[in-house]
Amino acid sequence: MASIDVESVGKVYTGGVRAVSDIRLNIADGEFIVLVGPSGCGKSTLLRMIAGLETISEGEVKIGARVVNEVEPADRDIAMVFQNYALYPHMTVYNNLAYGLKNRGTPKAEIDARVAEAARMLEITQYLERKPRALSGGQRQRVAMGRAIVRKPAAFLFDEPLSNLDAKLRVSMRGEIKRLQRRLGTTSIYVTHDQLEAMTLADRLVVLNGGRIEQIGAPLEVYHAPASTFVASFIGSPAMNLVKGELHGDKLAIGPAMIALNGFAPTSGAVTIGVRAEDLRIAREDEEALPFRLEYTEELGAQRLIHGTVGDQQITAAVSPEIALSPDMRIAIDAKRLHFFSIDTGKRLPGNVPAEAKLAPAEPVL
Amino acid sequence: MVENRPFLNFLTHLVLILGVLMVVFPVYLAFIASTHGPTDFMSGIVPLLPGDQFSANYGYLLGTGESTAGAPPFLLMLGNSLAMAIMIAVGKIAISIISAFAIVYFRFPLRVPAFWLIFMTLMLPVEVRILPTYKVVADLGMLNSYSGLVIPVIASATATFLFRQFFLTVPEEMMEAARVDGAGPMKFFRDILLPLSRTNIAALFIIMFIYGWNQYLWPMLITTEPHYYTVVMGIKRLANVLDGDNQWNLVMAGVILAGLPPVLVIIFMQRLFVKGLVETEK
Repeated sequence: MASIDVESVGKVYTGGVRAVSDIRLNIADGEFIVLVGPSGCGKSTLLRMIAGLETISEGEVKIGARVVNEVEPADRDIAMVFQNYALYPHMTVYNNLAYGLKNRGTPKAEIDARVAEAARMLEITQYLERKPRALSGGQRQRVAMGRAIVRKPAAFLFDEPLSNLDAKLRVSMRGEIKRLQRRLGTTSIYVTHDQLEAMTLADRLVVLNGGRIEQIGAPLEVYHAPASTFVASFIGSPAMNLVKGELHGDKLAIGPAMIALNGFAPTSGAVTIGVRAEDLRIAREDEEALPFRLEYTEELGAQRLIHGTVGDQQITAAVSPEIALSPDMRIAIDAKRLHFFSIDTGKRLPGNVPAEAKLAPAEPVL
Repeated sequence: MVENRPFLNFLTHLVLILGVLMVVFPVYLAFIASTHGPTDFMSGIVPLLPGDQFSANYGYLLGTGESTAGAPPFLLMLGNSLAMAIMIAVGKIAISIISAFAIVYFRFPLRVPAFWLIFMTLMLPVEVRILPTYKVVADLGMLNSYSGLVIPVIASATATFLFRQFFLTVPEEMMEAARVDGAGPMKFFRDILLPLSRTNIAALFIIMFIYGWNQYLWPMLITTEPHYYTVVMGIKRLANVLDGDNQWNLVMAGVILAGLPPVLVIIFMQRLFVKGLVETEK
């Protein structure tokens, strides 16, 4: 068990292609960190640098108090779970789990005990004598986890471990990973491109884009106060609505429509407005609102997503399925729930913290 | 092609049976001839049923050999051939699997040129370089020795290439997982690559064993002592009687003896062989 410190780390591949630049990240002991971002954002590269599978071009990685830039992966005291599991196909499950321990010269009795314990924890005891070929996707995934657990490493590194599973299994394995990590209290870094996985698993999210960190924060913090339009559009489903608007004093103009902000305007002039689908509602007759032209709806059961336009800009709102829709409805926005981003840099404008951002994080009852 | 038409069935079977007969008949004839006396095939009527000289012919050939034709006992030559074929097959596999491992998993200067150099030698048959090779072997004093028989043909570009292709299909994560598990390069090779290559090794062993067994030109060039003759050369010796008639019964017995070991190897390793060519286990 250890903390991990990533200090100004960058990666330049031979040939000059830059994958990652200036990553600073301090991970506390026992913390569950999720690196999330679109493909090609450098999240896997960063993880592999921490694992020691890629050389570190710039900066330092520390595990515990030790700088590990030049340390072999096996000596970094980490365990990794791969996307395709990378189980050894010719070995039984038992040997797959035991291989790393054997290489370290762990006594046989201890190997037996640790494998048995991990197998019990993951409920794969009855498969120990099987070859990976004879296992289902979910079981292979468990074996891959088991291979990490038996080592009792200082940190678990997960490289998109669930993306080869079907949707249902993914949800249950997600829960299991979380439960296991809580129970073992091992520092974990988890890479995924799935924002839902990121939100549900993370103690803290690290959103990456183009090899740089866009935002670091607790899932709700990132959700309720995205640091940039990129984070706003990446985290949350449906994605946050981003529209162009103009601030005139205390009034916000979106296309032809104008709404009052009641003192929530952080600046003036052209801005990018962000608003979550669930923060929009269908307006009453008498209130100030935006004219909305409905294009199509999506039924989610508990919610109904209505897609349409305000002026010439796309807007998606999540409304109750019980409300009747009409072609000439209007959309009301709570000014307190608006996000303002710079139109040039896409960065969140200062002085703009929505009320909901100060929600208490739900402490797990585990 | 899941059709069930009686006529087509009949036709395909007819063609297959005819094909098998065409291949098997000469072998059958050779076996028949090897069980008759020396003069039976000179009469003009070819017997189609086994004769009564089976044990006499084979016993004579295996134990005594045909000294007038310069052929030592076949038992000795079979032993030589077996030793040579096994050494060639094992040597080729050992060398090529290690070079393929180096080419695929290590980054060293001139790695790619090295691979292309190996690859290019695929295009050079033994016959092209046979004189320079002979000179080298002669200068090294390896004429009339097992090392002379084996070493010049022990490197195999084909096998190196096949192992390289196989290693490239092994997911990179496997190597990374092994690294995280604390296995160094040689340990990874021994514990993971070698077992995974099992079927490929078996398939190559068969191919290379038969290649080694069938060596003709090279052993003929470098062995002048009957003690080192191989069985394929021996047949040539048998059929090369200077005066008098060829003893076809003995020649055919020699042919059958020389053909048997490769057949046995294939029969016993067929399961692995087919697996190696078809299945990629990952």
